Amino acid sequence: MTAVSPNSFRTGPDERGHFGIFGGRYVAETLMPLILELERAYSAAKADPTFQSELDDLLEHYAGRPSPLYFAERLTRKLGGAKIYFKRDELNHTGSHKINNVLGQVLMAKRMGKTRVIAETGAGQHGVATATACALFDIPCVVFMGAVDVDRQAPNVVRMNMLGAEVRPVTAGSATLKDAMNEALRDWVATCETTFYCIGTVAGPHPYPAMVRDFQCVIGNETRVQMMKAEGRLPDTLVACIGGGSNAMGLFHPFLDDKGVRLVGVEAGGKGVETGEHAASLTGGRPGVLHGNRTYLLQDKEGQITEAHSISAGLDYPGIGPEHSWLKEMGRIEYVSATDNEALAAFQMLCKLEGIIPALEPAHALAHVIKLAPTLPKDNLLVMNLCGRGDKDVFAVAERLGMKIRS
Amino acid sequence: MSRIASRFAQLKADKRAGLVTYITAGDPDLAISYQILKGLPAAGADLIELGMPFTDPMADGPSIQLAGQRALKAGITVDATFDMVRRFRKDTGDNDTPILLMGYYNLIYQRGPERFCKEAAAAGIDGFILVDLPPEEADELKPHAAAAGLDTVLLTAPTTDDKRLPAVLKYSSGFVYFVSVLGITGTSSATEEAVRTHVERIKRHTSLPVGVGFGIRTPDQAAAVARHADAAVVGSAIVERVKAGLDDKGKAKPDLVPGVFAYIKALADGVRGVRKA
Repeated sequence: MTAVSPNSFRTGPDERGHFGIFGGRYVAETLMPLILELERAYSAAKADPTFQSELDDLLEHYAGRPSPLYFAERLTRKLGGAKIYFKRDELNHTGSHKINNVLGQVLMAKRMGKTRVIAETGAGQHGVATATACALFDIPCVVFMGAVDVDRQAPNVVRMNMLGAEVRPVTAGSATLKDAMNEALRDWVATCETTFYCIGTVAGPHPYPAMVRDFQCVIGNETRVQMMKAEGRLPDTLVACIGGGSNAMGLFHPFLDDKGVRLVGVEAGGKGVETGEHAASLTGGRPGVLHGNRTYLLQDKEGQITEAHSISAGLDYPGIGPEHSWLKEMGRIEYVSATDNEALAAFQMLCKLEGIIPALEPAHALAHVIKLAPTLPKDNLLVMNLCGRGDKDVFAVAERLGMKIRS
Repeated sequence: MSRIASRFAQLKADKRAGLVTYITAGDPDLAISYQILKGLPAAGADLIELGMPFTDPMADGPSIQLAGQRALKAGITVDATFDMVRRFRKDTGDNDTPILLMGYYNLIYQRGPERFCKEAAAAGIDGFILVDLPPEEADELKPHAAAAGLDTVLLTAPTTDDKRLPAVLKYSSGFVYFVSVLGITGTSSATEEAVRTHVERIKRHTSLPVGVGFGIRTPDQAAAVARHADAAVVGSAIVERVKAGLDDKGKAKPDLVPGVFAYIKALADGVRGVRKA
């Protein structure tokens, strides 16, 4: 595909919700009027200073923003190349970047007079964040979660229940994130007049990819200011993991027009992209239509969606946000992958070297940093989004490593 | 005139509403699915919807989800679906009963809308009902469908208000499909009053026939819809009859096909019992 590089990579989507050929609104007619209503309401909210100040206040005093930009000195020394910083979004309330988006969307639900919130979740981080915000705003909340994920992310299921949310396990299909999203859409089509669907990533029908991105851009905006303060200049390299792609989009988007900043997204390579058992939609997929948008998808020749595989429930999704698909084709972001085993090794390295237990999702980003940093000069400023903490993963990782949890 | 337009013109002349029956292509396997397809007109179907199974049917309830899984497991493909229709036209000599493909857009997108439409038309297919292609995205299919002589039946829902209806109708041909309830296939049913109100509302905007579906399970419900609409669409309840005809191992029992036809005959009797002006 030959594309003329635009003056800005930050102007999308167009009025129909397209990023190039990607994005759009491929949903049932029943939902279309509601999606148009959301688009109007979101435009109005963006122009309303009280909405932004209410959100900013929550982000600061409730979620704990700004999250620190931390120089990982021991890791930097160990890898012997780029100067590595972590954007510590794992320190947010609820333990990941998901709260940034959820607070914005639940404020939207309130503005629109919706009386019930639904969400899909993979690793449970978005589910926990949504359950948290719904508790705070006293809105009933139902979270759809694949039965496989309910099992492998049990601590988050308990947290959601404690926060008053109902978790509905989904057994259809592969019983992971994509099936949870199908089920959430099925619920929404029956309840759309009263229910707000709080999507957890930069995917789904327009305006979700743009709206979720906007709410997550706080990550990149803060990084910009913090790096100027720490080093007096912009970073050289940004690295983030990608499932649907919200933490990566939040970090990258404010830097898209800074040509000197290299952007690297790390997909889940599962057992290896060459094995076919992976979740690397951009590396191993091709454009298709699912869950309301056109984007890169893992699919067979006919267009049937194939099952993703990843040790990380949060990356175990056969699609990706449509703006990432566009940025891939524009050549602005490099997309690579890291395998289950590489992520596990990175997870362990971070625990011992920096005293930080990361979630398995950013452990994929770290796995790539481990490969990339040694190839870069020592004055290369690299920021990795440490987008989630690993409390939810400790039992699954312990089991995988053959560690004995209790006698 | 398309097969769909001709069929509705004939129904009007006969002073009755039509019965539209949905089956999932390849459910429970290719051979039995074809047997059912072949016998639908004789059982009382006026139009046929042939479901194209998709791994992620986000607007379908459990009955049609499971039917799709059975069919995919049995090896259904787009080509095999086209082949079923080609054989139907040849074996039965029925060149009048319209057959519409129902499903999700990705299968069409992967083949390419232009090629898909040409091949579908050549196989004897008459149109599309696509769940996830609202008017906002219909531009990428409509010209190719029109060029191949295929109708595009867009869905309208209770949430489609008078302001939005013209946009939906702009891309609709053949008939208009009114989804009578908020929700997925095969769950709740609309009241007769709600059906009447919405059909009257839609008819103020278009001269196209209006078919009503979602949640119709009994001959009485089919008759109630037939009193107000030009056709009643039954899907999940038929697919459930297919499932009921399977043994524990998922193999078809001898009474599966006759059971499906008997049920469709009862629905057809319900619809045909209503005299229209």
